[in-house]
Amino acid sequence: MTAVQDPLHTGAGVLEGAVKRKPRTAGERVRRALAASPVHLTLWAIAVVWLAPTVGLLVTSFRPQGDILSSGWWTVMSSPSFTLENYQEVLTSQGMFGAFLNSLQIAIPATLFPLLIAALAGYALAWIRFPFRDTVFLLIITLMMIPVQIGFIPLVRALGDAGLTRGFVAVWLAHGAFALPFGIFLLRNFFITLPGSLLEAARIDGASEWKIFRSIVIPLSVPAIASLGIFQFLWVWNDLLMALVFIQNPAANPMTRQIQSLLSQYGTEWHLLAAGAFLLMTVPLIVFFSLQRFFVQGLLAGGVK
Amino acid sequence: MSSTTTPAPRSPAPGPASRPGGRRRQGEKPKWGAVAVFLGPAIVLLAFFLFYPAIYTLRLSLYRGRLGEFTGWVGLDNYVRLFTRDPAFLDLSTFPPSGALFNNLLWIVFYVSGCLFFGLIIAVLAGRVRYEAFIKAVVFVPMAIAATALAVIFLFVYAPDPDIGLLNAILGVANAGPVSWLGQKSTVNYALILVGIWGAVGFATVILSAALKGIPIEIMEAARTDGASEPQIFRRIILPMMRIPISVLAVTLVVNVIKIFDLIYVMTVGGPGTASRVIAFTFYQESLSAGKYGYGAAVAVIMLAILIPVMVFNVRRFRSEDVRS
Repeated sequence: MTAVQDPLHTGAGVLEGAVKRKPRTAGERVRRALAASPVHLTLWAIAVVWLAPTVGLLVTSFRPQGDILSSGWWTVMSSPSFTLENYQEVLTSQGMFGAFLNSLQIAIPATLFPLLIAALAGYALAWIRFPFRDTVFLLIITLMMIPVQIGFIPLVRALGDAGLTRGFVAVWLAHGAFALPFGIFLLRNFFITLPGSLLEAARIDGASEWKIFRSIVIPLSVPAIASLGIFQFLWVWNDLLMALVFIQNPAANPMTRQIQSLLSQYGTEWHLLAAGAFLLMTVPLIVFFSLQRFFVQGLLAGGVK
Repeated sequence: MSSTTTPAPRSPAPGPASRPGGRRRQGEKPKWGAVAVFLGPAIVLLAFFLFYPAIYTLRLSLYRGRLGEFTGWVGLDNYVRLFTRDPAFLDLSTFPPSGALFNNLLWIVFYVSGCLFFGLIIAVLAGRVRYEAFIKAVVFVPMAIAATALAVIFLFVYAPDPDIGLLNAILGVANAGPVSWLGQKSTVNYALILVGIWGAVGFATVILSAALKGIPIEIMEAARTDGASEPQIFRRIILPMMRIPISVLAVTLVVNVIKIFDLIYVMTVGGPGTASRVIAFTFYQESLSAGKYGYGAAVAVIMLAILIPVMVFNVRRFRSEDVRS
């Protein structure tokens, strides 16, 4: 895929040509405003439907437990009272702080490790000649769609027997390996758009494949690698299934599992649930808002995971 | 794709001169050392984590498979049981049918059409206003957060207590309810599907909006000059011109639905009873929770079988793209 525009930041809509011409008379202006109002109403209704549930969670997470149970978050302005106790309790006595650190310790290696291996493989598939190269690539594209579940039973056995499910190793390896087909696909397709003459010149100068990879291909591919990295990081951070399967030690649980166990342990501790869920969201939200450009580019370039 | 790709993905020989990798090194042997270093780690990992386990699971599905070992050969009995004697997987005796497989079908129909519907509406409408970026960011945020967080957000929205659940509070104003959206068989699947849609519309919007901006403005301007109404333009120009991105997106959404797990596991644990199970949940439940490994393996194989047409579609799409460049 070639470079894509960032749709969140391109202001000009396709239909705007018709809308933006300057109205000539007051009557025309009024008519246009009336004609446009259903559009605005629909869009604002959509914005409310998409914002309210999340805002509700945020508000709830700061309300005292008693208030949460006796009145809805939407009434909060009638008698505002806020507290940090929910966060305090969930971070300390519910082990969410440890789980936060676990999530980081799981997600960072499980991002860097497949990134490196996918970049190496992507380079080989784009720029090193060898027989059956395209067959290998097609095979990898096929693997992109395979449901991870197909591997769970033998992998849990093998990795469990090796004692790797007590810590993070099993989940690193599993996340890393399952991310490869998509990563290789994305990076190979990016690498192949790099100017061949540049690589050729380096080869003639006697540069090794490793040198070309390190000092030409990687520096030129930072946007693609960043997109993939952000994707993989969020994917791992947000994942529950793989953590359920490949971590068999409560002390190593990431936040997703901690929140899930919060649900099954007690009836429903709404105040803890709200604070925990919001903590889980913070890192993806920070990543999303600071790196939105890469995120959307990756989405458009790769299709999806 | 760049111009460096050649339309000859099949030719296995090390190379017509125009292929990437350098025309000056014609006749030179492929550098197997470099290939091993660069491609080796990926191949080893894929072989150990995907190929070998896939074959293992395929074989295991023909056994009772206690402890995940090849014991108690049962032939195709696991499959026969799943389709005919397991009402939690597929129950055709009632109307409407029920079971995980049927629930996944509901998911496919409503989730995919819901995402496409809202995605198209938002992409088209937001493209006409100044705050386009804001609207898109608002619907896109759920894409970034965990399904687990999404699940908690909507546990609040759906809560039967009208002091906690927004939806039942609204019903209360109209003197109706409260309804236990997640607690009764008739609503649970639709309630879950709505959460899924809410979470994925942003993705559909971004993809469709990018495709929309790819349509040349002149075409629409010409249609407008000829007196076409906006709905006509949408139906006769926008929809036909976006057929390919829409179908690619639909396929992607179908894949997501077949794999959906986290949301359901957190919100309902497949319940009430087994009413909201889906295939991926059944797999987890049967194999890893209940220890019926052979039975679970058969479920995983069914998941794979459902996705095979998608793989074929993708490989075809990739090949045609490669040729086009």
